[in-house]
Amino acid sequence: MSLGSFLLRRLGSGALTILGVSVLVFAFLHIVPGDPIDHLAGDNVSEAQRKQLEECLGLDRSLPMQFVRFLGNVVDGTLGHQCKSGAGDKRTVASRIVEVFPHTLWLAIAGMLIAILLALPLGVLAAVKRGTWIDTLATTASLSMVAMPQMMFAPLLLFWLFVTLGWFPGPGEVGPAALVLPALAVGTHLMAMLARMTRSSMVEVLGEDYVRTARAKGLPEGRVLFVHALRNALLPVITVIGLQFGSMLSGAIVIEKVFARPGLGNTLLDAISERNYPLVQGTVLVIAAIYVFVNILVDLAYGFADPRIRRA
Amino acid sequence: MKRTTSRKLSPSAWIGMGMLGTFVFLGLFGPLLAPYDVSSHAIDLAHKFERPSAAHWLGTDSNGRDALSQLLYGARSALTLSGIVVAITSVIGLGLGTIAGWYRGWVDEILMRFVDILLAFPGILMNIAIVATVANPGVGVVILALSANGWVGYARVARGQVLALRERDYVTAAVALGASGRRVMFKHLIPNLMGPALVQMSFGLGGIILIEAALSFLGLGPQVDYTWGAMLDQARTFLWKGEWVRIYALVPGLAIMWVVLGANLLGDGLRDRLDPRQRGKG
Repeated sequence: MSLGSFLLRRLGSGALTILGVSVLVFAFLHIVPGDPIDHLAGDNVSEAQRKQLEECLGLDRSLPMQFVRFLGNVVDGTLGHQCKSGAGDKRTVASRIVEVFPHTLWLAIAGMLIAILLALPLGVLAAVKRGTWIDTLATTASLSMVAMPQMMFAPLLLFWLFVTLGWFPGPGEVGPAALVLPALAVGTHLMAMLARMTRSSMVEVLGEDYVRTARAKGLPEGRVLFVHALRNALLPVITVIGLQFGSMLSGAIVIEKVFARPGLGNTLLDAISERNYPLVQGTVLVIAAIYVFVNILVDLAYGFADPRIRRA
Repeated sequence: MKRTTSRKLSPSAWIGMGMLGTFVFLGLFGPLLAPYDVSSHAIDLAHKFERPSAAHWLGTDSNGRDALSQLLYGARSALTLSGIVVAITSVIGLGLGTIAGWYRGWVDEILMRFVDILLAFPGILMNIAIVATVANPGVGVVILALSANGWVGYARVARGQVLALRERDYVTAAVALGASGRRVMFKHLIPNLMGPALVQMSFGLGGIILIEAALSFLGLGPQVDYTWGAMLDQARTFLWKGEWVRIYALVPGLAIMWVVLGANLLGDGLRDRLDPRQRGKG
């Protein structure tokens, strides 16, 4: 299969997935048994507020009409109007998301960079020193980091590097320096997973014939490791990076709360406390769409790096 | 020699089992062992933010309630919730996966497309979107939200296994002898799925504990007396209060880590035992 038709097929299935995701995001309002307005409004709201919410969400119309309206809002790119009680916020859901999106994107990219930069050397080291105490230490450390909840790690990081040592800016600030702590918090979990993946992939590759050949040719060990072995060992690691990018976006919800950073996560939490369900739907849809898109990119990168995938 | 050792559980799997065992024990009996009441009746503002002492081993929180007791009650709610969700998701997932793998064709096609769509929601996103439809989520809503996509892993495992098992001679023989599809599934396929299903349950348990804690931390968890996530959220707000308060922040986090690590160790060990080729992977 040519790269062009591979791309086309992948984009097509991606578009179908997004359509399916839209249907589900629409359906969430109806998944809990009972009247959605009763659930969403809670107990202590006036009849007028209930009415307003019902109208805003279009729940007074028939289910098929609601769905058509929802899809229309997705297709025209506005993602609909917000439902905020009290003072009317005239911005569309999409414009509110666009405002905060760069903050989350930078956080995810910075977290990913930190994860990759720390995980690759750690994984390679553990693979090369397999069976020694270095390997045991690296493996134990990464296993513990995978298990450590971000809800504990992020506040402790904040406490240690901001409250106690004062090295980095604290919550509520923006700017490059203020990105360091949240990025560390968001990247550590991924780092642990990548290090484990890199290790096992390297261990496998180091046993291959071409690595033995490279060594037999008398190539320096550094060249054998990083040019011959790591390049091939990276393929499965790339997949994990793509799969985990979405988890970083949703992990950002916890991190943005701890560091009081503007972003998709905090917007989602605000939307929930405002009972502003269109904004909840919009944010969820955007994060899922980004995730699907990143995975298409990863597939393409993979297909590019390994022609066998394209033929499959 | 390799073969004999591979039939035994590795030491790390035993450690994982022990860690999970403590969790189950404390989940069952924790509230009975708890030295203090943790309900709203126990609020005692005169004793807030106390240091760890003989009376309060882990100190008290911002409402003067005993931290150790909160931790023990939290174990109960974590065990209840994760137990129910694992039970629901494994039954649904194994059932659907078995049906898809056995009948193949359009049944399989539809199920797998649906699974792809569910997997397009990364992390806790879908759980949050469902919980957010309810202003005051109860335990039932949280269980529903966690189960909505929790079955996917089981379905994939079961489908893959059934696709392989259906080519085995004993399955072909059963079909040739006239056994019905249902009989083959219940007598021959599902019993052979139990190994991989156990591995998935072990990993799944760890995942649910983490997700539930994250939901509680975000204020979207079940509105019950105590959860570890809610404790962490409380700790976050008074990290500034002084040195020792870190203990309060550390303990529920360590409890979550303990369970997740135990679940992962056990899952790894069970997987190695079932399929030695997978050893050391992931």
